[in-house]
Amino acid sequence: MNIDKKITDDLVANDVSFVTTVPCKQLAGVIEEIDQRDEIFHIPSNKEDEGMGLCAGAFMGGKRSAIIMQNTAIGVTINTLATLTQFYRMPLPMIISYRGELREPVACQVEMAVHTKALLAQMHIPTYHFHWQKDVEEFDNILKYTFMCNKPVAILTDANFWGGYGDQ
Amino acid sequence: MIRSEILREIAPILKDQLIVCNIGIPSQELHAIMDQPSNFYMLGTMGLASSIGLGVALAQDKTVISIDGDGSVLTNLGTLPTIGNNCPDNYILMIIDNGSYGSTGDQPTYTGRKTDLAGMARAAGCDNVVEVQDVDTGKALQEALDSKKGTVMIVKCDSGNAKMPVITMDPVIIKDRFMKAIAS
Repeated sequence: MNIDKKITDDLVANDVSFVTTVPCKQLAGVIEEIDQRDEIFHIPSNKEDEGMGLCAGAFMGGKRSAIIMQNTAIGVTINTLATLTQFYRMPLPMIISYRGELREPVACQVEMAVHTKALLAQMHIPTYHFHWQKDVEEFDNILKYTFMCNKPVAILTDANFWGGYGDQ
Repeated sequence: MIRSEILREIAPILKDQLIVCNIGIPSQELHAIMDQPSNFYMLGTMGLASSIGLGVALAQDKTVISIDGDGSVLTNLGTLPTIGNNCPDNYILMIIDNGSYGSTGDQPTYTGRKTDLAGMARAAGCDNVVEVQDVDTGKALQEALDSKKGTVMIVKCDSGNAKMPVITMDPVIIKDRFMKAIAS
């Protein structure tokens, strides 16, 4: 299964047509796939809170939006999630590379990994964790759930899900 | 002129336009001077008015005016390259540059010293950047609207705030009526 294509296909099938990204090595494939799809307007952000502002605007303008980013971004975006996305009740699928989990080669990444689920739980953000490739089969349902409940929803995708780091 | 005097003067031009307004006193002033369903008031999240406005403009065809401040743009400087590289013709970012953080007690920002927001916007790739004095805001805004080109306006004015009530409208209502104004 090509998980980059599956994620992109599910976004398109759920009418997500505006996607902003802050890159991660693990996410390079899905970002490239999204960038090539005519059905999706892809706008890179310089910082994740900026991206959430873009998504909020696009949603109010009539387009379903999503953000793709690293879990380190949870440390950057707590205020935006609380005072914009949650306070105004907007849906936001967050496809998050879960750095610092099993098969992670960079020790510093673990420092935010150990806080990631606790922060998301504290924010009452529904959170899903993709560890095996087959977990991506849930993605379509997660998108439907997000747009049903008008909440930010986190999909944590770890190194095992993406197939490790190759020769790194 | 201070910001509230500018808003009062340009209110006839802002009527029925889609507006995303900066957090704090700017939104309180706009709300008191000319509340309308097509105003989106930011009740929190300093710095994102320019990003939200750009998102709205990219998602649909109506013109969007973001009313931002120098302090808020400085806190989200990454917005300028994003606007510079993606600015649609239906987007106007109007930065009221009074050289101070108005909502927190008028502490000076760096734009009152050496920092030049117009120069930064141009360097970030924004094609149409106009810098005007407070008294010329209405004329410049009307020209930007008439040009139908994406524009960044830097409006230089005096520091100071009008005493206006806090916005008590529920955020979901602000969002809902704004979305209905967009869709109408």
